[in-house]
This record gives sequence, structure tokens and C-alpha cells, in this order.
Amino acid sequence: MKALHIGRVAAVLTVGALALTACGTDNVVETGNGATTGASAGPTVTGTLTGTGASSISAAMDAWKAGFESANSGAKVQYSPEGSGAGRKALIAGAVQFAGSDAYLKDEELVSAQEKCGPDGAINVPWYISPITVAFNVEGVKALKLDADTIAKIFRGDIKNWNDAAIKAANPDATLPDLAITPVHRSDNSGTTENFTDYLAAAAKTVWTDAKSGDWPTALPGENAKGTSGVVKTTTETAGAITYADDSAVTDALGKVELKVGDTFVPVTAEAAAIAVDAATVVEGRSANDLSLKLDRTTTVAGAYPAVLVSYGVFCAHYPDAATVDLVKSFGTFVLSDEGQKQAADAAKSAPLSAALATKAKASVDSISVAK
Amino acid sequence: MSTTKLARRAGTGRTGDKVFSGAALGAGALIVAVLFAVALFLVVQALPTFSAPAADITGGEGFFTYIFPIVIGTLIAATIALLIATPIGIAVALFISHYAPRKLARGLGYVVDLLAAIPSVVYGAWGASFLASQLKVPYQWLAENMGWIPLFAGPASSTGKTILTAGIVLAVMVLPIIASLTREIFLQAPMLHQEAALALGATRWEMIRMAVLPFARGGIISAVMLGLGRALGETMAVALVLSSGPLIASLIRSGNQTIAAEIALDFPEAFGLRMHELIAAGLVLFLITLAVNMVARWIINRHKEFSGAN
Repeated sequence: MKALHIGRVAAVLTVGALALTACGTDNVVETGNGATTGASAGPTVTGTLTGTGASSISAAMDAWKAGFESANSGAKVQYSPEGSGAGRKALIAGAVQFAGSDAYLKDEELVSAQEKCGPDGAINVPWYISPITVAFNVEGVKALKLDADTIAKIFRGDIKNWNDAAIKAANPDATLPDLAITPVHRSDNSGTTENFTDYLAAAAKTVWTDAKSGDWPTALPGENAKGTSGVVKTTTETAGAITYADDSAVTDALGKVELKVGDTFVPVTAEAAAIAVDAATVVEGRSANDLSLKLDRTTTVAGAYPAVLVSYGVFCAHYPDAATVDLVKSFGTFVLSDEGQKQAADAAKSAPLSAALATKAKASVDSISVAK
Repeated sequence: MSTTKLARRAGTGRTGDKVFSGAALGAGALIVAVLFAVALFLVVQALPTFSAPAADITGGEGFFTYIFPIVIGTLIAATIALLIATPIGIAVALFISHYAPRKLARGLGYVVDLLAAIPSVVYGAWGASFLASQLKVPYQWLAENMGWIPLFAGPASSTGKTILTAGIVLAVMVLPIIASLTREIFLQAPMLHQEAALALGATRWEMIRMAVLPFARGGIISAVMLGLGRALGETMAVALVLSSGPLIASLIRSGNQTIAAEIALDFPEAFGLRMHELIAAGLVLFLITLAVNMVARWIINRHKEFSGAN
């Protein structure tokens, strides 16, 4: 019975695949013309591309999937958001063709990737930038200027009240009430936490003594909630609460912190986040096509917003057959194109990659080739 | 002709019997096999945790130090839930079975059963967004006036998302299980005993105490244990309601964590050793539930001879 059932499904799939391929070949010329902005790789590709990884990019990935599949009617992208770590592990094990990850492959992971991806291992390509907002709930206050040390002290519970002298000093115009501060953080493991603690550990070295981590340090006081929506909701409902979250999820009910960069204060915007990512340096000692970025959280570049999350597409440098290479390249190029970045910005309110970085990233994707 | 018919009929009867006994045996064996497979999976997947160096475990001090606080947190939440739900559940069941007019009783029974059908994530959302903010003020009061009791030591949580709130949400979730199971038991209490008690001049409450409750003792314990199973294993509601943290005695500050919620929150991004750790935590929860059920069985068996059933 079961075997019969599977057989039937397989038959349906085969017929479906045939039908899709047929469509693909019929429409080559037409889609090739239509997709000039999207898949600039030219001819449409067919096949199924499988990936897994970070859940932070799921909304963007849904948009990319839809955009890519409509430009390439014979192609299909499957992405399961199981977490960055699981994604990197699956790519190293050869279970998927690409991974999405909130952190680039570590050196030892690059070495273990050589087993399935060949001697050149894997490459990390940034494809998604999301600014992290420090948001707070103080009635009548919509913006506060804070330096990293003060933010770190607030989240560590060293500054306990909104009328603290350190907050007042930077915000002489704001009317700050005598109200206890309740820091709210994520209860689940997340890339947002990892990037935010990385920012604090780098920009407020003397105050934030914990290492960066996807789990919030448990010893610190404060409240927590599940997921981005959870912390935003808890903060909105609690007077005096402060939290960090993907900028896209922060509502107008909350005030936003302007971060101190150099001597000025920078409000959170997609452009400011892209500037901070542009100021990042490429991690050295890796293959020329690898674009692992070392973000400078203490940057003083004008207008940069250093609390950002950069998510990477992780690909093998070589794939065994030409069909997979075409598919991967075509998908990667589409994601990095203006259209792909715009779709992600619309769907997930991410910050589009700057033109310079996108060009570099496209060159990296272009370097993917068939294994010799 | 007639003999063949008879023989055939007898034949089908035997086949049906065989099929049924086979199916029953299969069902019985299946549950044991599934339980065994789950236990085996948990043990195999948890093993790397026990052989890993203590420094690699979350917290850096070995598995026991990691698991102990969340075991206690799990037990605290479940205890609060049962302390609230057991008396209310039994009272609701007694009202339906012995006090309410028949029409009202039926409607009320349906309503209680409906409570059990609500998905736990809905309870979680209700607890996190409504109940927690309602409890802020009572918690503040407790901290100010009863703060000398370690359980209510301040400062009270400013969000209300504490282990006590989680326990109350769990109590609401466990309530229908206890209420509907005990109601069925109370309805089965022998009418003769009850009428005899009333005839001897007992008031209704005395009758219930003498003729209904002793008969139902085993059933009540079973119902409470089933409720406890749900409270121990409840994941989503606790994950949404509780603002977790390290183990603390105070019930009105944010802190504590349960095993099930810890697994739910960290599993999506867990890989490598962390995943094995969480599965090991699951194994511990499995063992706790097993132990609780065995103790319950033992209590029921001990009290069997005193119950009104015989």
C-alpha cells in the first residue's frame, strides 16, 4: 500500500517535472528577454536547488524564491530555515547545495568543507544586511542618543533608571522620567543576539566583558521573550523597557536609539547599515573569492550604523556538474541583483547591498565552476 | 448443505476472534515498541553529552550543573499548576456530578471538555499578552507586603512574566483533564452507598466524603498524574509566557526555566554538542515523567483495598 502510494507520488512528480522542463525549453527566448534585470546570467536554468540555514532570512528567501522561479520557470529553490549552524553543517556534509548563515564559515569549517566541495572548499558571500535597532518604551520620548558604553551598562543592569546622569548628559532636551529600566532580551538562540553582543563587546570593551554569543548571558538581570516579535511585544507592553531587534519589526510605538559613531549620533536607516558594511574589511587568508566580512563595530566612518547583521550565502567553490553550477550561479546572481535586493527589502525591510559590495559579491558567485 | 453453512459460520467466528486478538496484541506491542524506540533514540543521541568534557557543556561546568536548575524549574512550574488545578478540578467535577441541576451539568461538562481542546500556543499567547500584564500589580503588592517570604521576594517583575504566571497558565491547561476524568469517576460511585449514607442521616457533603471520595481516590490520583504529565511536558505555553533566567526561589521575579521550554527555544538553532545536550535534557524529562508515573501506580495499588470499589 505504502509502496504503491510512493510510486504514485513519484509518477506525478516525474510527469510534473517533464511538464516543467517542457515549459522551460519553450520559453527560453521569451524569459531570456524578460529577465534582463533579474537573472542577468542570460538563459534560464532548470533543476532544483536545495539549501538550509538561518531563519533570519526566511522572509527574504521566500521573496527570492518567488522572483527566481518566475524568471526561470524550470527551476525550483527549496530552503528550510533550520538555523545557521545546521545550515553550515549540512553544506559541509554535502547534504545541500547552499547554506544561509548569520556567520561566515570558521577556518576549521572551511577545512572540513574541502571533503565534499573539493580542494578549494566553500565561499561565503554576503547577501542580506539587516540593521539592529535598540528600541525602548518611554512615554513621550521617540529618540535618544546613547554611546555604546551607556547601552552596555543599561543591558547589564548597571544603569537602572531612565533619569540616570549618563543618559541625561547626552540628551539634555529629552524629558526623562523617574522610571526603572527593564532590559528585555531574546530567550531563544539568535543571530540578532550574536551580532548585538558582538557590537557591545567591541564598542564597549570595558563594560561588556562577555564574549559574543547567540545566547544572551544568563547571569545578567532582565526579562526575556521568544523571538523578535516577542521582545518587541513585551517592550511595547512594559513601561521603561528597552530591547534590541531587527529594525523591520520595531513599531512606531517605541523610541529608537541613535548610536554614537565617532563624535556624531547616527539614527538607524538601511543606508547607514549599508555604509557600515561597506566599511568592513574582508577576512584575510582566505580564497580570493571569499567575501567573509570583518565588521568594524568601532568604525568612525561618517553615517555608518555599526549594529548590523550580515547574513551570508555559503556555496561550494566547485560543484561536480555543470547543471548545478549554472543553477547556483543563476540564483546567486539573481539574489545579488538590484531586483533581488529590492525584493528582500520590500519583503523583510532589509538594507540592500551597496553597488560596490554587490559587484564584488557577484564576482564571487561568478567564480563558482565545475570541479576538474 | 446446512453443515457446511454451520462450519463456515463457526469458521468465520474463529477467524474474527483470531484477527481481533492479533490486532489487540499488535496494538499493545506497538505502544511498548514505540516507547522503547523513543527511549533508545534519546539515550543514543544523548550519549555524546556525557562523554564530552565538562568545559564544553553550556555553562562550562558539566551536564549536572546545567540540567539541575531547569529540572527544579520544571518541578516548580508543575507543582504550582497542580496545587491550583487539583482542588479546583475536583470541586468542578463534584459540582457537575453531584450538585448542579442535570441540564446545567451537561452544558458545563461540555465547556470543561472544550477547554482541553484549545491549542497550547493559544494559552501561551493569552498568558503572555493578557494574564502577565494583569498580574503585575498583584505581584508588586506581594513583593511589598509579603516580601519576607523567600517565595515572594522582590523586586517584582515589571512584565509579570514569571514562573508563577507560567504555573497559573499551566493550571488552566491541566484543569480540564483533572475535572473531566474525576467527573467520570464520581459519576461511577455506587449509588447504593450514596443512598445508604443519605438514609443514615448524612448531609450531602458527608455523603460525598464517606461514599464518593474514598471510591474515587485511585481515579483522582490517576487524573492528577495525567495532568502532571501535561504540566511537565508543556512546551509552547511556557516558552511564550516565562521570562526565563537562572534558578531563583522567588516566584514573582523573572527567572527559572523548564526543560521543555529550554528545548523548544534552543533547538531550532542548535547543532553539534548543543543538540545532544538538549536531547539529553529531553531524556531527563522522560525519566522524571516515568518516575512520577511509577510512584503514582504504586500509590494507587496501595490504596486499592481501601477504596469503595470492593
